Amino acid sequence: MVFEDDWMNAPHSTGTTIMAVEFDGGVVIGADSRTSTGTYVANRVTDKLTRITDKIYCCRSGSAADTQAVADIVAYSLNYHENQTGEEPLVAEAASEFRNYCYNYRESLLAGIIVAGWDEKLGGQVYSIPLGGMLLRQEVTIGGSGSSYVYGFIREFFKKNMKKEDCVEFVKKTVQHAMYHDGSSGGVCRIGIIDKNGIERRIYFATDGGSAIQAGN
Amino acid sequence: MLPFNNGFASPLWHNGPIPGGLYNFPGHNGPASQPKKDYGVQRASQPITTGTSVVGLKFDGGVVIAADNLVSYGSMARFQDVQRVFNINNKTVVGAGGDFADFQCIKRYIDQKIIDDMCYADEYEMKPKSLYNWLTRILYTKRSKFEPLWVDIVVGGVEDGVPFLGHVDLRGRSYQDDVIATGFGKHLALPLLRERTETGKPIGRDEAIALVKKCMEVLFYRDCRASPNFTISVCTKEKAEILGPFKVSQNWELAKSVEGY
Amino acid sequence: MSSIGTGYDLSASQFSPDGKVFQVNYAAKAVEKSGTVVGIRGKDCVVLAVEKIITSPLYEENAASRIYTVDKNIGLVLSGLLADGIKLLSIAREEATNYRMQFDRTIPLKILNERLSAYIHAYTLYSAVRPFGAAVILASWDEVNGAQLYKIEPSGSSFGYFGCASGKAKQQAKTELEKLDLKNMSTEEVVKNAGRIIYQVHDELKDKEFKLELSMVGKEVDGLHRIEPSIWYEMAIEAGNAAKKEDDSDNEV
Repeated sequence: MVFEDDWMNAPHSTGTTIMAVEFDGGVVIGADSRTSTGTYVANRVTDKLTRITDKIYCCRSGSAADTQAVADIVAYSLNYHENQTGEEPLVAEAASEFRNYCYNYRESLLAGIIVAGWDEKLGGQVYSIPLGGMLLRQEVTIGGSGSSYVYGFIREFFKKNMKKEDCVEFVKKTVQHAMYHDGSSGGVCRIGIIDKNGIERRIYFATDGGSAIQAGN
Repeated sequence: MLPFNNGFASPLWHNGPIPGGLYNFPGHNGPASQPKKDYGVQRASQPITTGTSVVGLKFDGGVVIAADNLVSYGSMARFQDVQRVFNINNKTVVGAGGDFADFQCIKRYIDQKIIDDMCYADEYEMKPKSLYNWLTRILYTKRSKFEPLWVDIVVGGVEDGVPFLGHVDLRGRSYQDDVIATGFGKHLALPLLRERTETGKPIGRDEAIALVKKCMEVLFYRDCRASPNFTISVCTKEKAEILGPFKVSQNWELAKSVEGY
Repeated sequence: MSSIGTGYDLSASQFSPDGKVFQVNYAAKAVEKSGTVVGIRGKDCVVLAVEKIITSPLYEENAASRIYTVDKNIGLVLSGLLADGIKLLSIAREEATNYRMQFDRTIPLKILNERLSAYIHAYTLYSAVRPFGAAVILASWDEVNGAQLYKIEPSGSSFGYFGCASGKAKQQAKTELEKLDLKNMSTEEVVKNAGRIIYQVHDELKDKEFKLELSMVGKEVDGLHRIEPSIWYEMAIEAGNAAKKEDDSDNEV
């Protein structure tokens, strides 16, 4: 059956909304929680905010298998680097490693990754690595299929050096708008706030008046 | 200097059967099960994040190169604040069009070459023609492996007091001229620039900058992949400098006089 | 070194009964025989200086240099067997290149030092190789970490320093360095002291001719490692000549 073929054989991919914003003192990262195989929701509570080091996270979009594999490799490598140098890796170093994999294997990978985090040298930073393996630092960036619906929202409401909670509100709203319009995004809005002390994770339900739930670190 | 292929680029998966095949464990007789492979390797190389036209012009005593600050993602104007002209050193400048990821890769090697040059400590620096020739070799080698680096690069500078301007592309094709434009600029900017250069009268620095600015304006109006923000690199005997970012001063008064088709 | 190997010195992979690896000691001896080198770390710079002994007038002036650039802001000076040192230089450059390719930035000196030390140390462990007959001094400066200076011995052990010396007149140079307040020293003072010390420790009776080689990395040279930058180099030579003249007049009395 053609209909069956679609979701039984389609690869798992994070048809996604992901986002990261620099603010005064750190970064806020956000993502929806839907993983789909074709039109079937394979996982409705996915965690797309993936730890690389204590203060560097990545937001994954594209093929779940590819992005998990690359994130695992980079996390391993930076852990080794951290042990070897005795210092916390820089966000730019993590971004550079991600880029090396995404660029050199761009023919085989389907991965759009945002690298975000905090380090002593440059504070909160966001790096975008879109499909072709380009690397750019941005103050705010969005990615995944859902992002196309919210470019206008970002342009209208993003401000430099927002206060932390304003930034969280901005990310939450953006992701919720994207989940509303994008069939491949949905579930809950996961948010991470990374600053000099590490990450604080939150979950926001998309229900009307859904309130914040603190999740463990 | 490292060879121009990253150590990373070893196969992602090796020491095993090709995807879909079976392992051949020790002790097992006969060939490993491999799906029949009667097709060649397919490469889907295509530009993804791209920059549009680069415009370059020689003037009396130097060159000027301009490009807008946009890196597109397909038709989406995705990255709107990206400089695409670079000073390599005080006598060499480049402008980059095409796949920006590929250009960033080339740029990393250029940066490493500059450090290698510094290590020699012989006061020699990369000159425009050396960079230009090196680029043709890199790009031609890659195209010969059927892995082209999808770029359109304009190299400019001043070598031994003489302005240099050249163009290299994804196939390793190259030419030098007094005026160079890539992409849409070939159609829209070249005629404007040639109109002036063909008069044979010398062009001053300020006039060259004004000419190139005019080109960026026209390109903004008529190229769907262009943005109004652009940067200019000027290289003279004395120094190379980056000017800008500038913004095209737009004029839409014309619209008032149009009604109906 | 008073003791001799008595059969325990034939291999780098064998200890003597009193716990020495003689091959490593002999390598250190090779370093002690070469011209004096110093590394001085001031407030905003590191200066490297070499007493390059000229054994024959037939050499070109820049022959057998001992100071090299590893990366934009990393300098390296060698003492001991030059050919051994050059191999270490190429390893250092390779490490710097690889780090830049992987992480998109210059290798921190601390890490370069660790990696080069490990490399040198590996050559003290096996019977099939001989240790490097060279000591290496590494210098760098950047906005974040400031001035940094490391020295690696042929044994592979290394430390960070405010001032260090190697070669013939190591002791004498160290004594001079210990008199100085290096932590707060201006670039100009560091350069002058470097020139002075090299000229002072040069033994005119044993080695006739020498050339001062000098490099610096720091704020005043745009954060780059520069070999013999003209004004500074002249300043060092001037300070050296002045010190020599003073010493000579002392002797006359």
